[in-house]
Amino acid sequence: MAELPHPLSDEAFLDKLQQSAFDYFLEAANPANGLIADTTRDHAPASIAVVGFALSAYPVGVERGWMPRVDAAERTLVTLRFFWNSDQTERPEATGYKGFYYHFLDLKSGARVWRSELSIVDSALLLAGVLTARSYFTENTQNETEIRELADALYRRADWQWARTGKGTVCHGWKPECGFLNYEWQGYNEAFIVYVLGLGSPTHPLSESGYRAWTATYQWEHLYGCDFLYAGPLFIHQFSHAWIDFRGIQDRFMREKRSDYFENSRRATYIQREYALRNPHGFKDYGENCWGLTADDGPGAGTLSIAGREHRVFAYAARGVPYGPDDGTISGPAALGSLPFAPEIALPAVRHLYERYPEAARNYRLASSFNPTLSGSGPHGWLSEGYFGLDQGIVVLMIENYRSQLIWRLMRRCPPIGAGLRRAGFRGGWL
Amino acid sequence: MPPDKYSSGTIPHDDHDRELLDNVHPPTWRNPQPADKYTLVVLGAGTAGLVAAHAAAALGAKVAIIERNLLGGDSLNVGCVPSKTIIRTARLYAEMRNAENYGAQVPGDIRVDFPAVMERMRRVRARISRNDSARRLISAGVDVYFGEARFTGPNAVAVEGKTLRFKKALIATGARSVTPSVPGLVEAGYLTNENVFDLTDRPPCLLVIGGGPLGCELAQAFCRLGSKTIIAHDEPLFLPKEERDAAQLVSDAFARDGIEIRLNTTAVNVRVEGKQKLVDLVNDDNKSTVAVDEILTEIGRAPNVEGLNLEAAGVEYDAHIGIRVNDFLQTTNSRIYAAGDACLEHKFTHTADASARIAVQNALFLGRKKLSALTIPWCTYTDPEVAHVGLYARQAREKDIPVKTFTVPMHDVDRAIADGEEEGFVKIHVRESTDKILGATVVARHAGEMINEISLAIVSGIGLSTLARVIHAYPTQAGAIKMAADAYNRTRLTPARKWLSTRWLRW
Ligand SMILES: Cc1cc2nc3c(=O)[nH]c(=O)nc-3n(C[C@H](O)[C@H](O)[C@H](O)COP(=O)(O)OP(=O)(O)OC[C@H]3O[C@@H](n4cnc5c(N)ncnc54)[C@H](O)[C@@H]3O)c2cc1C
Repeated sequence: MAELPHPLSDEAFLDKLQQSAFDYFLEAANPANGLIADTTRDHAPASIAVVGFALSAYPVGVERGWMPRVDAAERTLVTLRFFWNSDQTERPEATGYKGFYYHFLDLKSGARVWRSELSIVDSALLLAGVLTARSYFTENTQNETEIRELADALYRRADWQWARTGKGTVCHGWKPECGFLNYEWQGYNEAFIVYVLGLGSPTHPLSESGYRAWTATYQWEHLYGCDFLYAGPLFIHQFSHAWIDFRGIQDRFMREKRSDYFENSRRATYIQREYALRNPHGFKDYGENCWGLTADDGPGAGTLSIAGREHRVFAYAARGVPYGPDDGTISGPAALGSLPFAPEIALPAVRHLYERYPEAARNYRLASSFNPTLSGSGPHGWLSEGYFGLDQGIVVLMIENYRSQLIWRLMRRCPPIGAGLRRAGFRGGWL
Repeated sequence: MPPDKYSSGTIPHDDHDRELLDNVHPPTWRNPQPADKYTLVVLGAGTAGLVAAHAAAALGAKVAIIERNLLGGDSLNVGCVPSKTIIRTARLYAEMRNAENYGAQVPGDIRVDFPAVMERMRRVRARISRNDSARRLISAGVDVYFGEARFTGPNAVAVEGKTLRFKKALIATGARSVTPSVPGLVEAGYLTNENVFDLTDRPPCLLVIGGGPLGCELAQAFCRLGSKTIIAHDEPLFLPKEERDAAQLVSDAFARDGIEIRLNTTAVNVRVEGKQKLVDLVNDDNKSTVAVDEILTEIGRAPNVEGLNLEAAGVEYDAHIGIRVNDFLQTTNSRIYAAGDACLEHKFTHTADASARIAVQNALFLGRKKLSALTIPWCTYTDPEVAHVGLYARQAREKDIPVKTFTVPMHDVDRAIADGEEEGFVKIHVRESTDKILGATVVARHAGEMINEISLAIVSGIGLSTLARVIHAYPTQAGAIKMAADAYNRTRLTPARKWLSTRWLRW
């Protein structure tokens, strides 16, 4: 039942949301190899990106008193050892290749599943977690020393140059069955972290021209009265930013625009709300405190009709504004993921979600998404079943960045991040 | 070589086609006796050739034009005119099915009468063909020759056993559809723009290979006319030249229409089983086979440069790029010029027209008009349409020009809302901190009509700020352009100016 008026202070409310999200990584883990399930659904494989979030969440757990440091170090070590010793051959059922890893792995054995691709961006998110661990576990115990050594080794093993396309950009991925996929990472999107980590690599670095090629496709747009570096789905404005403190540092592009990527995510968040207020398709409940279009779960392929107008609805998809896809599905984690950028609108949105759609935040854990336009057992309408690791990860990290900037502080000390940013032309601020 | 429909007998179908032929290839035609020397001989009577011939004749030149097939070329016979005509009918069917969205009743029985669609197309084409007729050329004083043109030297062309000597010549032989090299395709038979408009029966199931402008337009039209349509395109997005959002909106529209979309997909083999064509498709590591009745290929256009004996004329060319020309459209033989699809990167009727005018000016009057000075818009007539002019943001960034885009989603435009045509946007790119328009993309139901205003602004050096002063009739979808201009002006309201104006108003 909804509790009205909400008895918790903001701080206590966020603490509950964060801990509940953190617990996902304990519940969905295979303690034997450190892999974390992609979702809580039956037979879900492990997702390497979710492991990256888990590795970054453990230090948060330690600092918040939810997990003893030795346990966190132990879990981290198990994970890093697994990846370091994993099969890196060209065999289709290996775990990785060239220092990168397949997107989905068998939770038990760690072998590639679903014929998934060797995913460069998901590998980068994994490595971001690996490097977070490296920055956090600085004590001279045997375990923490080994963590640092393995983290270095894993990062140094990734062959970013191999993953380059002819234009210098980075390819989305590779499959043993067909080689490189016909997609490249062009700006602006969640692959920012790929370029920063790739440029910072001491062993197989990307070139500065690759970063220029990535930014060549940037679109600086004035939309709904606001200037910003355009990208439709909200997670794009959050995923790399969970690790990198973009406040006050600028590359050439942001110097030209007199902005930075933190400010940009703030504006992107406002644009999401502005879109929900306009609600061009007339979906139910969109408004001031109900917004957040991102990559999230959805009701599944089909159509829905509003006032004679047919709308397509989707399963898991990268929803975005202002051009969609938009099928009336709202993501709570997307709003919460913008907490550090625009707390003044993100927090009320999450409060509203908690109060109006309690089922979408049972025990303070946010479901991936809900769709009030579709019928369901409550005001939330259709509700995503179970929980998704990426959602829980962004919630833990972004609440922490809002509360203590822990992840940002750790990564500011991380040499590859500094080196990568500098090679990308970033200057100023903490750099 | 494209099939010669006239001699192969695929047309005429009916009175409309008879009227068409009377205009663009009269059945009893006799080629004239050549003059001693022509001021200008034009090879090819598509848009570029016709425009050049009429322009030169109007200026008093002695002109001959040679056409091996139909006057009017691709645009009239197998391109713009027939495609836009059937697209109109296809739209109407889409609207009927979508009537509820407009508070109207969906008609009870929406049956597509495909032969009627094609008959209307032939009627429209016949009517428009009057502009391109042999009669008009003759009354303008142009000598019209039918037959294959072939250079016999640097200043002479042969046609049907006659030799035409010239002071200047213009190569306007156009382009044709490139055939994808898919094993089994030729044996199985396939459609291109050359023969697709000859269809009188609707293919129940159609595979379109190629997601460029032509493939996209025709895939959507056939789908809306009731063919189960699959489109396979070997890149991640349709319309690879256009910006990502535009291509994505087209893709979304296709999905709504029920087109089966196969992006990043290559056709690798075709075989025939019974009446069906089985096509193997590969997408990364996924292989699948589709069974269709017809295959339409539109993977690109290749210039018609073969068989002209260009070597004899000293005219250099490339089989892919076409006739080599300089910025003045002059070939490597200074007496010979080229225009239209035969030499241009941007293969459109309006560029064929514009380049022909430049070529005539430069050839006959020692003009120094430059192709590069042209501002060229274009439009893909999908629904929504995608129109573009000038630079893309990406091109500006590659040239190191600081660029900012003013974006107005069509869902913010009153008229688009009233029309139930909210898919799309107007994006106008300006040089950062100025109102100089670098380019624009419009995605809207009638984007092709809207882009002309922005072309006008660019050609006449009008900035975005001035466009804000142009009163636009309300409500119109082109009002979106004014909204972008107004948004620009609001950004000029710096904090200092705002402070001043607030002070003034308080005072
Ligand atoms: C399906 C389709 C849709 C299109 N839609 C549009 C559109 O909406 N808008 C737009 O702007 N453009 C469109 N185009 C492109 C447009 O049709 C061409 O850009 C235009 O026709 C080019 O004109 P042209 O005069 O250069 O060449 P063509 O129209 O190809 O004319 C060349 C002529 O030369 C003749 N010829 C060739 N070789 C010889 C020879 N050796 N001797 C004698 N004659 C010869 C040919 O028979 C032909 O008649 C479309 C094209 C297609 C195929």
